[in-house]
Amino acid sequence: MARQTRMRTKTQDGATEVLVLVSHPMETGQRVDPKTKEKIPAHFIQKLSFTLNGKEVAVVDLGVAVSKDPLVGVKLKGAKAGDKVKVTWSDNKGESNNAEATV
Amino acid sequence: MKKIMMLLAILGLAGAISTPAVASPAEDLKQFRDYFKKKFPTVKFDDYANGLYALPGFEEYRAQWDAYNEFPPYELGLGNGKKLWDTPFKNGKTFASCFKNGGKNIAQNYPYWDDKTQKVRTAEMDLMDCAKNNGAEPSFLKADLSKDLKARVELAELTAHFYSLSKGQRISIDLSKPGAVKAYEEGKKTWWARRGQLNFACANCHVDLAGKNFGGGQPLSAALGHTTAWPAQRLDWGRIETIHFRYMTCNGQVRAKPLKHGAEAYTNLQLYETYMSSGLPLTAPAMRN
Repeated sequence: MARQTRMRTKTQDGATEVLVLVSHPMETGQRVDPKTKEKIPAHFIQKLSFTLNGKEVAVVDLGVAVSKDPLVGVKLKGAKAGDKVKVTWSDNKGESNNAEATV
Repeated sequence: MKKIMMLLAILGLAGAISTPAVASPAEDLKQFRDYFKKKFPTVKFDDYANGLYALPGFEEYRAQWDAYNEFPPYELGLGNGKKLWDTPFKNGKTFASCFKNGGKNIAQNYPYWDDKTQKVRTAEMDLMDCAKNNGAEPSFLKADLSKDLKARVELAELTAHFYSLSKGQRISIDLSKPGAVKAYEEGKKTWWARRGQLNFACANCHVDLAGKNFGGGQPLSAALGHTTAWPAQRLDWGRIETIHFRYMTCNGQVRAKPLKHGAEAYTNLQLYETYMSSGLPLTAPAMRN
């Protein structure tokens, strides 16, 4: 099952803020399962990239220090109403998903 | 002798006066509202549905809360709940088939008194029964909801979606049946009874101390409007939870032994609290501190 990826944009003072919320456990690999006493394997988003009308505008490298269900935001300049913003993420286990929104 | 008789008569009279007449729920409600009106004269009635963020002195919490609400984290959980709600059972029906009006705009009447079972019914109970009657086996049917976090959150997310279908509807609880009033009185007793090592009643914090910051970083909400936001997502939980779990954690915070999820005392308490918030719009699900 693809993980939920939600997106929202807000234009204010000439800049467009793009917010992405991903449902992801963001396991560090350091936590221990209290029942089995074994380490929970690391599972985190490594790369998150934003495209504006198909052109890459921002890439975010995430790591284990980012919280569970992360909310990532970037501010874009020069995005016009009707432009399409797309975000794609991939994690260390090869899972990925994307979301699209219109400014 | 005459004197003693007089004294006894006076005592008897005084006793008769000081015996409190049992107030009807409507009188309780008026008293409850008036109390908060007097305590926070600047807060508008509808704003109590926003919980502690409406209270004076909590402007910074309010600013944070507004920022959260731009893209609330509970949307993920709510999405899970919606999916469960929309997924048909094996017989082709969905959760919507168990409710009047497809589940829309009815949550303001929950919890309600059921004459058949002689018990207060919460939305959670109805959703569970709906799944059971349709032969579905979601995890929350068999699990111990007090302990099984995953199953409880699944139920909370489903309930949150159910409540979100009635967003903005004003709470109106039917207490016309004698059984309902009895359950209400039980809930009232729970609300005002002291418990735990700290010896606090619900009312101590959420009536007397409402609007104060307790022990630093623990803003105390006003009891008026308590139930409007539930199931809610709290910042320190990071997930949508049921109101009964909130009651359990509240009990734990005053060092009392929490009851079981779904305990009758909790449903009665929920009935009392919800009735006390009558007339306020539902805002569930919402973010809470």
